[in-house]
Amino acid sequence: MKFARVHGTVVATQKYEGLEGVKFLVVQPLDEDLRPVGRPQIAADATAQAGPGELVLVVGSREAAQAMPVVFVPVDLAITGIIDEVEVERGPRRTQPTAVWHVPPAEDED
Amino acid sequence: MYIGKVIGTVVSTIKISHLDGRKLLLVDQLDLEGNETGTYDIAVDVVQAGPGDTVLVIDEGNGARQILKLDPGAIRAVIVGIVDQVALGR
Repeated sequence: MKFARVHGTVVATQKYEGLEGVKFLVVQPLDEDLRPVGRPQIAADATAQAGPGELVLVVGSREAAQAMPVVFVPVDLAITGIIDEVEVERGPRRTQPTAVWHVPPAEDED
Repeated sequence: MYIGKVIGTVVSTIKISHLDGRKLLLVDQLDLEGNETGTYDIAVDVVQAGPGDTVLVIDEGNGARQILKLDPGAIRAVIVGIVDQVALGR
């Protein structure tokens, strides 16, 4: 489940059964700082409300098809939400470890 | 499953029904020394984790569907624990 930016729409008249009425969008996957990463992909829009320019939540692999009205469809990337706000922690809560982390010192190889 | 750090919150109003009422958190995967790796997930939280917490994340659909009691369920990443301690041996 990652961030992506919608870049455009794809129209396909002939589609596999179960995909009637499903909207396909061109999306650019993003990293956690919302910078583009990798090549653009085509995602099925499970919200039916996403549009170009919007920041969306995408889910991949088999779970993508599970987001669709007909579950057994050939879809490997789906838009499951339109993101309103991302708040990233940058203060001491992020830098200070909350778990005790025991790492043994590296031993010199003889 | 992997150990991650909650580095933020994500808000979405228009979403599929599987995500209704669920808290979404931004999690960065940690390496063996506990440093952020830049690999991230947007995960559903079921253990009341918050920003800064070190957490255990499952990134697999069948497990996620079982935890969230969804079928079908279009959710992969779920925060299933808050980590107190990690001890490595050599």
